[in-house]
Amino acid sequence: MDAAPDKAAPGPVTDPVGGDLVKRHGLATRLWHWANAGALIVMLMSGLMIFNAHPRLYWGEYGANPDPAWFEIGARGDRGFARLGRVEVETTGLLGVWRDKAGAVQRRAFPHWATIPSGYSLADARIWHLAFAWLLSLGLALFMIASLFNRHFKRDLTISRAEVRPSHVWHDIKQHARLRFPTGVEALRYNILQKISYAAVIFVLLPLVILTGLTMSPAMASGWSWLLDIFGGRQSARSLHFIATVGLAGFTVLHLVMVMLGGQYNEVRSMISGWYRLPKDRAIGEKEPLR
Amino acid sequence: MTQRLIGRRSLLGGLTLGAGGLLLSGCDKLNASPDVRSVLKQAEQLHYRSQRRVAGNALAREYERADMSPIFRVNGNARPTAPDYLDQAMRNFADWRLVVDGLVARPLALSLSDLGSFPQRGQITRHDCVEGWSAIGKWQGPQLASILRAAGMSSRANFLVFHCADTSGGVPYYESIDINDAFHPQTILAVLMNDHRLPIPHGAPVRLRVERQLGYKHAKFVMRVEARERIDNLYLGKGGYWEDRGDYAWYAGI
Repeated sequence: MDAAPDKAAPGPVTDPVGGDLVKRHGLATRLWHWANAGALIVMLMSGLMIFNAHPRLYWGEYGANPDPAWFEIGARGDRGFARLGRVEVETTGLLGVWRDKAGAVQRRAFPHWATIPSGYSLADARIWHLAFAWLLSLGLALFMIASLFNRHFKRDLTISRAEVRPSHVWHDIKQHARLRFPTGVEALRYNILQKISYAAVIFVLLPLVILTGLTMSPAMASGWSWLLDIFGGRQSARSLHFIATVGLAGFTVLHLVMVMLGGQYNEVRSMISGWYRLPKDRAIGEKEPLR
Repeated sequence: MTQRLIGRRSLLGGLTLGAGGLLLSGCDKLNASPDVRSVLKQAEQLHYRSQRRVAGNALAREYERADMSPIFRVNGNARPTAPDYLDQAMRNFADWRLVVDGLVARPLALSLSDLGSFPQRGQITRHDCVEGWSAIGKWQGPQLASILRAAGMSSRANFLVFHCADTSGGVPYYESIDINDAFHPQTILAVLMNDHRLPIPHGAPVRLRVERQLGYKHAKFVMRVEARERIDNLYLGKGGYWEDRGDYAWYAGI
């Protein structure tokens, strides 16, 4: 059946079934999603360029070339390498040593296609990074306030005791691994794995990346010296900033894969217009289509 | 399948890929656009105002001896090449004078022992380079505020400019700070580093310490402190060597 948007709107659809077009995402969620998507891409790519200026990470307050780094990307002659603790892997062509658009060999950590700008410029990367930091931080703050008022957090992200039972979580993991996603009205509710990953991004990774970013600012670390205490020093904050970035990048990849598996047209539409077509119920024994 | 060459789904997928490609090549175009840059650089004003509000006159953290970097790495110019400077260095800066001029009632020419006669402030602080690394060291010298008071700085002065002995590409290094930072208690003209005479690679005979900003503001080899009303008429107009040439932010609190 085809429930036209104007027929179903406004207000909650009573007992929608698989195939119905229903309102899924609120305006605040949609606005924040896209602002955040843009901000994260710019922050990530300009951040990788900033990392290129000093591709080593340390723990504690200080850390510079004479001090031991727990992570490093570098070059020895024509070989690029990445080292984590004592484990070193060769990364020639990808990290440390790579060819730029003109084919010239460059010895920088992250390659031109991953950074803003593509050619080495710490100053330019900082201009992008520090401007978009405002969009990322204010966006998160506004989204959090809106989500308290429109009850998005309470309605969609509250995790019940039953949901975190190991048997329930394990069941969801198995369903995901088999690519069997909820259908019908069930698809409107976030499952426990979605709730955990969204909550981790909104309440852990984004606040962590913002606060560790602020800790690296010498002026902020003077005014709010507790920042240095909670993260164990400026270089620890820089390391945690990088780790949180890896977490956010990992989430983004997983998120995009799930959008593809869930049907990218329907999923992207629901995040643009808010309207989402409920997946049809599976007939018993029917093989789950991938899209 | 056959009636539509491009389905909605593949169109959307294609658009996403296209947008990604556009983003990659478009970023450099945007980055080169003066309009885009000027919008993005408005953020510097936000940083300046919000951080001045948050930090006020707060001190940068001061550390214990045990927290100091075993080796404090050298950055930037390690040795000025000007014959005059090298000549002074040969003689341990015995005849060297720090010039304090500009908008002051009494221009000064201070020897190292003159600088030593001002009350000294010692501080173990963290030096944060714009590149990302940090090193902790001990710095000691007179507060810039006492020198500016001795020179009778005019109330018309809004900035202090530090003219240095080192050059890059034939241009001398220079930096500038505002009155707020100039009179901050931790803003000193360091003559000692880790309890020894400041070594040449770290900026002998005098290096500015302006602890709540990044390393490039901490001018080394300071020869002259000039009080000015404006800095937009200094060299290329952005207030510092790297600000003028590399487009680094003048306000380097972040």
